Amino acid sequence: MNHLRPVPDGAPEPGAPSAPDLGDLLRRSARGDQTAFAAVYDAVAPKVYGLALRVLRDPAQAEEVAQEVLLEIWRTASHFRAERGSPLAWMLTITHRRAVDRVRAAESATRRDVAYGHRNQSVSHDATAEAAHASLDARRVRGALDALTPVQREAVQLAYLGGYTHTEVASMLDLPVGTAKTRIRDGLIRLRDTMGVGTRDEL
Amino acid sequence: MSSDIHALSGAYALDALDADERAEFERHLVGCDACRTEVDSLREAAAELGHLIEATPPAGLRERVLADAAVVRPLPPAIAAVDRRRRRRPLTALIAAAAAVLLVGGGVAWHPWDRSSEPTTVTAADRVLHAPDTQRTGTVTLPHGGSVTVYRSVSLDKAAVVVKDLPDLPDGEVYQMWLQDSRGAMAPAGIVGKGVATARMVLDGPASAAVGAGMTVEPAGGSSQPTSAPVALLSFTDA
Repeated sequence: MNHLRPVPDGAPEPGAPSAPDLGDLLRRSARGDQTAFAAVYDAVAPKVYGLALRVLRDPAQAEEVAQEVLLEIWRTASHFRAERGSPLAWMLTITHRRAVDRVRAAESATRRDVAYGHRNQSVSHDATAEAAHASLDARRVRGALDALTPVQREAVQLAYLGGYTHTEVASMLDLPVGTAKTRIRDGLIRLRDTMGVGTRDEL
Repeated sequence: MSSDIHALSGAYALDALDADERAEFERHLVGCDACRTEVDSLREAAAELGHLIEATPPAGLRERVLADAAVVRPLPPAIAAVDRRRRRRPLTALIAAAAAVLLVGGGVAWHPWDRSSEPTTVTAADRVLHAPDTQRTGTVTLPHGGSVTVYRSVSLDKAAVVVKDLPDLPDGEVYQMWLQDSRGAMAPAGIVGKGVATARMVLDGPASAAVGAGMTVEPAGGSSQPTSAPVALLSFTDA
């Protein structure tokens, strides 16, 4: 008898009804379409909140940042420029900057425990509890991270998920000052090229 | 420019530069197409990491965000605004005064691909004002008119100030807010936007351990510690 083909978990089949077109939803949001914005929310809120939570660690602050960022997305949707990149990258860039600025402002008064952060920031692959839903996307990203050298991987993760400066990353990884920024750049370039994202013309 | 500064593209894309380096690199970006293109592409790569860290947003966030959106007007496209960037200041002040929108030093919204937008912290002050554990100081009337009230939520670790009818200050002077710790030290907590008379603003910095807040008149740009006697002092301990 015929076997049913298993459907890849969480991954839309090519041609199947797939994720909403975020670019289109943003354009409609910019024209004041609240229904479109609700769909934007549903598509990105877990990532926006997840990133804010990862950087800030404090759920109350992460929620506040997520709320501000999502409202800002609504308000500035007309400023999204598709020729500069994907809607998701635009939204997560806003999120990350906001979360990092919040963390650094708070830090002038309260130093975070660097050792604690370091220990917990290393996204050793199985420790990422939030990623338990092993979506195809998540697997693809983890595969791409495996293509980085260990130092590149840690440097990228400490900077992005930990919100640390390259100088702090250098100190945490015992790298000479000035080296971490190179590792971060090299790692990101490798990540980009492995995943085939963000490549346009001459790149 | 030197190859050194190009090497900052990755750290810039991940917000891993300190404030001085960030400013320097952004000046460089204006004239370096290669770096702009590279930064954009590296942000795409970073955004992919978002797939690893999804988390379920707290209950109620969706309703609050959509309710906020219902009362906030989307900005028009930025095409014309970019050329008029220099003329933005009076407009910003006007909007702030009219809508009681927050203007705090350092709290300016940042847009990765466009700089022409105004700050958007529309709801943060309201959240501090209406948290379940919000404390409210008495309202202090300033020597030359106007009033100041401070609210603080320990659970949010934030304080917010409500100012009403602040008298104009001479050019070169601003109202600055401070948070006071139990030893009496004053930490800078933000500057009231020039020309803003009535507003609600979240104060900078953690507030849960503060015992009070103050307002002084400082030279434009603000000070790292008060340089004049406070025009208002507000205590949380008897709030």
